[in-house]
Amino acid sequence: MPSSTATLLNVERLGKSFRGLQALEAYSLTLRTGELLGVIGPNGAGKTTLFNLLTGITPPTSGVIHFAGVDVTRRRADEIARLGVARTFQKVRLFPALTALENLRIPLQTHERAALWQVILRTPGFLHSEAALTGAAHELLATVDLQAAAHKPAAQLSYGQQRRLELACALALRPRLLLLDEPAAGMNPTEADALMHLILRLHAEFQLTTILIEHNMRLIMNMCPRIQVLNYGRLIAEGAPMEIQGDPQVIEAYLGQAEAYAAD
Amino acid sequence: MKGSTRNLLVGVAYVVLLGGLLWLAQSTLNNYYLRILAVIGINIILTVSLNLTNGFTGDFSLGIAAFMAIGAYTAALLSLPVAMKTASFPGLPEWLQGIAAPFLPATIAGGLLAAGVAALVGVPVLRLRGHYLAVATLGLMVIVRIVANNWQDVTRGARGINGLPPVSNIWWTFGWAVITIYVVWMIVNSPYGRAMIGVREDWLAAQARGVRLLRTRMLAFTISAFFAGVAGALWAHLITAITPSSFSFVITFNIVVMLVVGGMGSITGSVLGAVLLTLLPEGLRQVETALASGGAPVYGLSQIIIALLAALVMIFRRQGLFGGKELRLPGMVERE
Ligand SMILES: Nc1ncnc2c1ncn2[C@@H]1O[C@H](COP(=O)(O)OP(=O)(O)OP(=O)(O)O)[C@@H](O)[C@H]1O
Ligand SMILES: [Mg+2]
Repeated sequence: MPSSTATLLNVERLGKSFRGLQALEAYSLTLRTGELLGVIGPNGAGKTTLFNLLTGITPPTSGVIHFAGVDVTRRRADEIARLGVARTFQKVRLFPALTALENLRIPLQTHERAALWQVILRTPGFLHSEAALTGAAHELLATVDLQAAAHKPAAQLSYGQQRRLELACALALRPRLLLLDEPAAGMNPTEADALMHLILRLHAEFQLTTILIEHNMRLIMNMCPRIQVLNYGRLIAEGAPMEIQGDPQVIEAYLGQAEAYAAD
Repeated sequence: MKGSTRNLLVGVAYVVLLGGLLWLAQSTLNNYYLRILAVIGINIILTVSLNLTNGFTGDFSLGIAAFMAIGAYTAALLSLPVAMKTASFPGLPEWLQGIAAPFLPATIAGGLLAAGVAALVGVPVLRLRGHYLAVATLGLMVIVRIVANNWQDVTRGARGINGLPPVSNIWWTFGWAVITIYVVWMIVNSPYGRAMIGVREDWLAAQARGVRLLRTRMLAFTISAFFAGVAGALWAHLITAITPSSFSFVITFNIVVMLVVGGMGSITGSVLGAVLLTLLPEGLRQVETALASGGAPVYGLSQIIIALLAALVMIFRRQGLFGGKELRLPGMVERE
């Protein structure tokens, strides 16, 4: 029986270059089951690239990724998803023409799929699994407080609702590792706080191992016991919020960015 | 009563109603109109099944004519009377020479072979998307045609095959149309169909949510090809003569227009598009001949009008008549 401190994700010297641009370099991480890790860094630091590599969306140029003891370095994105790695996207990605409920059915159905003949003949077993799917979708909608939007097309939801629906879609995979790419981006402070509470609650309730990318320092420092800082594709600091805040390299990275903004 | 049971009963009632109407048509219409009616059934099969790839999965395939040709030739070679085969096809393998299959198994074999070819070419072709996929499937049509033109022993080349048993009629074409609509509807409203729509809406998000892209697209492609093969078989035994040039781009174009006018992603739209755009050119053809009284007949008018109609729909109502929505038939209830 796996103990709660078993290693869930092990990344060794992961790298990705886009035609000479080193988006991520020699990145390593050992993540234990139940951890909540924060990843921060200035724009273009390689945070999203890291998620794309972990989820198989882009193949790495170097390094190895082990998830739950399985080498997933060259696996297809859908295989990795079915193994239990779910994510949200920095720029919301939903199925715009489908209702909130239908959006949830797609990730939910990955774990139970009837044979084609059962679908065509509408066997009782198939109808039963469809009903179960609908039930589970409604539960997830309740989790992210979107019951009222169940039958609205995703395209018609407000921005904040879309972000919550996307989170629910990630949860629908029944993941063992949840990757959240700036989930509160573009939300007002009240919405952002509510979302962060939800993420904390999910993390606590299900021992859901989570990596959170966030620009908002205040939020991430309050939420994550452990933080990694990326800059120009390199890991420049790692540790508890207090250590990170005092790290000269981190201050430098963020100051540099502030100066760059000022110079614009 | 549960929604699904109710819808099933209502569906059966509609099929019975359709049967009654066909019987009425059979006993009142002349052969000319009956043939148009049979072609409507074939076009419904083609449009509804094309919707699975082009409408629901978002893979713009132009391979219909190729799959129809495969289905037509396969069924024809199976159903031809033995005497005819020995006379016209001396080069045919012996086992095939001895067979004169009934229409139904010949049709199914045509569909299966078309699906088999789709499964084979699907692996390389479905690596492509968008325009590339459209061009590649168009290339398939060219290849099938070249094979049909040159494989003399089996296809008789450009001379084609004639004298097929005239067994196809409104009962067969509408029977298969009902099966096509039923199967496509059931698939679309299932995990398979949702995966297809997910791929169409955002394939990357679909993949990140566990959808197997290739398998999903392959399923749509092969099922679509199966029904196109069936339609080819039905058509061959309606016209009773086929040549390689019977299966040209014009067929593909017409079916794509029916699909676009009806609305991609709507099954009821496909049915309506097929009915309207089969009847319209037939009506126009009568106008063509009527106009001919003054001088030379103005052939081609109907094709021009169809092309114009397609362009107008693309400009003013890109989502087609039904805009991806289904017409709810009276008596049916929405299922959650
Ligand atoms: N597909 C790609 N092709 C080329 N370059 C890319 C690609 N994806 C990312 N990059 C580059 O890699 C670098 C890292 O990008 P990434 O999106 O990972 O940064 P980030 O830390 O997520 O930034 P942000 O905070 O703005 O979201 C950037 O310089 C970016 O331009
Ligand atoms: Mg990013």
